[in-house]
Amino acid sequence: MRKSWWKILSFFLLAYTFIGGFLLNVPRLPILNESIRNLYFHVSMWFSMMILFIVSLVYSIKYLRTFNHRNDIFASKFAAIGTLLGILGYATGTIWANYTWITDQHQSLGSVLKEPKLIGAAIALLIYGAYFVLRGSFTDIDKRARVSAVYNIFAFVMLFPSIWIIPRLVGSLHPGAPGSDSGNPALNANDIDSSMRIVFYPAVIGWTLLGVWIATIKIRLQLLKDKNLINA
Amino acid sequence: MPNFFLRSVCTIIFLITSLCSFAQQKVEMADTMRSNGKIYVVVAVSITILTGLFIYLIFLDKKISRFEKNKE
Repeated sequence: MRKSWWKILSFFLLAYTFIGGFLLNVPRLPILNESIRNLYFHVSMWFSMMILFIVSLVYSIKYLRTFNHRNDIFASKFAAIGTLLGILGYATGTIWANYTWITDQHQSLGSVLKEPKLIGAAIALLIYGAYFVLRGSFTDIDKRARVSAVYNIFAFVMLFPSIWIIPRLVGSLHPGAPGSDSGNPALNANDIDSSMRIVFYPAVIGWTLLGVWIATIKIRLQLLKDKNLINA
Repeated sequence: MPNFFLRSVCTIIFLITSLCSFAQQKVEMADTMRSNGKIYVVVAVSITILTGLFIYLIFLDKKISRFEKNKE
């Protein structure tokens, strides 16, 4: 094992997330009740996804500047793990919404399906899904790397309207949208209770490091497979 | 006049009682689970799963390191 302090740090931060996340005090709020603890898991999935997508974007730009095949592998694997975290964030969100929007707020399924936040996040994930379809459809390795690097930049830019701008403009059930109390569709830094901050930020770092670890394992595997190609 | 007095007293009483009931509105949390300590079971289970996942990752990491050494 390649020894790295951040792998150990990731374990301890996540262990702290589970222990502190279940045991420490949280604000008592109606509708949310105990499910407010999902903040440490559901929201940090999205944060980690965004961080990994930014890393992927940086490697795509690096590829376009140097045409070094390594950078293309890095970009694709970070995007893959970012998408995985995004799907997990989406899946956990559906469970959470089922118990706080449909059951407790008596929303119909129709109104939940019209959620701008859900549609935007789905569009963003589908755009990243198309990135892998695009990669898979090339047989020429240089052309694949070049076109998918350009597409990756487009996919990242599409995150801005789909999950950051449009959900901020229209009313939504999701916490923080104009319909609710705070002005941020995901998480308002001024709104989050300080008792939750001490678990939430370590949770984001822990999940991100875990995602990076899995991505590096995939990258090293791919580098082993392509070793002959790169050296040639 | 007595009618007006009665009305205002009633209004104040109702206002106070409604405010009291608002303040006492209980938010249901998993307090039983905490008081009887069963929450620690949940923590133990999730920590076990987390540890298992990390052990698997370490194993995978080591295996790839071995391959990387063999190639060079």
